[in-house]
Amino acid sequence: MLTDKLLMGILRAGALMAALVMLLILIFLIHESWPALSTLSIGRFMTDASWHPLEGAYNLMPMLSGTLLASAGALLLAVPLGLASAIFIVFYAPLHPAAIYKRLIELLSGIPSVVFGFWGLTTLVPLINQWHPPGASLLAGIGVLALMILPTVTLTAYTALAAVPDELLRNAAALGLSRWGMIKGVALPAAKTGIAAGIILAAARALGETMAVLMVAGNVVQYPETLFDPVRTLAANIALETAYAMGDHRAVLFVSGLLLMLLVMALSGVAGLLEKRRHA
Amino acid sequence: MSLINNRLVVKTGMSKNFRYVLIHLFFLAIVVACVAQAQAQMPTKTASQRLVLTGSSTIAPLAGEIARRFESLHPGVRIDVQTGGSSRGIHDVRKGIAAIGMVSRALKPDEADLQAFAIAQDGISIIVHAGNPVITLSREQIVDIYTGRITRWNAAGGTDARITVVNKAEGRSTLELFLDYLQLKNSEIKPHVIIGDNAQGIKTVIGNPHAIGYVSIGAAEYEARRGAPVRLLSLGGVEASVENVRQGIFPLSRPLNLVTSGEPQGLARRFIEFARSPQVHDLVRAQYFVPVNAD
Repeated sequence: MLTDKLLMGILRAGALMAALVMLLILIFLIHESWPALSTLSIGRFMTDASWHPLEGAYNLMPMLSGTLLASAGALLLAVPLGLASAIFIVFYAPLHPAAIYKRLIELLSGIPSVVFGFWGLTTLVPLINQWHPPGASLLAGIGVLALMILPTVTLTAYTALAAVPDELLRNAAALGLSRWGMIKGVALPAAKTGIAAGIILAAARALGETMAVLMVAGNVVQYPETLFDPVRTLAANIALETAYAMGDHRAVLFVSGLLLMLLVMALSGVAGLLEKRRHA
Repeated sequence: MSLINNRLVVKTGMSKNFRYVLIHLFFLAIVVACVAQAQAQMPTKTASQRLVLTGSSTIAPLAGEIARRFESLHPGVRIDVQTGGSSRGIHDVRKGIAAIGMVSRALKPDEADLQAFAIAQDGISIIVHAGNPVITLSREQIVDIYTGRITRWNAAGGTDARITVVNKAEGRSTLELFLDYLQLKNSEIKPHVIIGDNAQGIKTVIGNPHAIGYVSIGAAEYEARRGAPVRLLSLGGVEASVENVRQGIFPLSRPLNLVTSGEPQGLARRFIEFARSPQVHDLVRAQYFVPVNAD
């Protein structure tokens, strides 16, 4: 009984601490960005002419659009590819190649983001540059991000598909469904909660990814007109400018951090909503 | 007895137990806070001497490194390095708030009441890909390229290709010096790529044969010597090299000064002498600045 109580206490403290960390981060962000939030009206982050913090222009919207576009583009590439990979591993590949293939994808998920950034900077960017200068662009950012979130999508979809009960699949086979009919009609609907969770996880990672995007996306603050225009994401903005920022400049960088945090919170809120609707 | 009591607590409800944990956490937090406070106060109590430096954010990282080495050689000395820009350095020294100001430019004529001691030279070089035939650019051509009036290399003596303009992120000292030289505001520049540190700038130019960028001269010369395909453009007929920055003839350079009000005394004097001595040249080079010869 005593150990039970002790364990309970430790677990409670751990859970409390984890929740507190999240809360403290939020409080810290608001505290640090308060000098900017209290002196500048919120509207200025949307209507200022540009982002030149040293000249008193603080428009965050081009970076918000850059963040969203890069993440959406990466998801557009990675979700179909990742789903296809997972279906391949679970239903099509022979046992041995499937294991090797899965191990390779796992390896891909372990590659540090800086390595992706270096590869993008030295290979992908010059390649795009030959096609359509300057090379460092939204497209390069999307490419690198898609590679980085592909394993997340694949592995979570694989886990969800592998967890579909065997009886369901056998019943489907007994009813004479084709293999694709079984995947489409039985396996995917049964696994969709897990797959959706994986996609949201991947989206959160894409939104927050910093180093790799910083190295390949060009970091010019603007609304991109084509895929070949450079963009700057919110996370890259913080990494680029924080080291030398002081006073108001520093505070508005924390505002961009706060905005990024709100974005991720909204995403997880949407995930929660989806979950609820499914159960209702 | 206590065992029974404990069991009762478990049974009577979660909220009591929860409060128990909360109280423990609360005390833990207080203890941690006290220890941290005590540690923060300890050095000031034991330090017999304290020196405050304020000013330029360009010099502050270097001054911080030098201060750390100085402190380790002189136990009991504590040096505070605070940023706030060169003008704050001048202001604080005049008001006596700081013993030493950090000013990343030469003193102006109306600042003759202060004494300046250069601890390093900062120079930046315009770089292009080694395959680019352009050898030199005039100041006007650089302005035109960076403001988007020249968009193709053939207008500046190169091949017919679109120029990729590489600019630095806001707040960097290299950007400040570059803008100052060109007499431009950052909002007038039309960049295609914005980079953070020097290494990223050099990699960007290596990866793009039609790019033009600018980085600290020390970093560019080091990479070019190691065989990286970058070329340092000469400016106004002066070759871009660390040596020319040291001699003060390269136009895109500036001194990094420590300033004092009147002749420095005591600890401030010892620190300035140390910061100008060969003992800190490795720290100066590590920040891609050029050491000065103090004689």
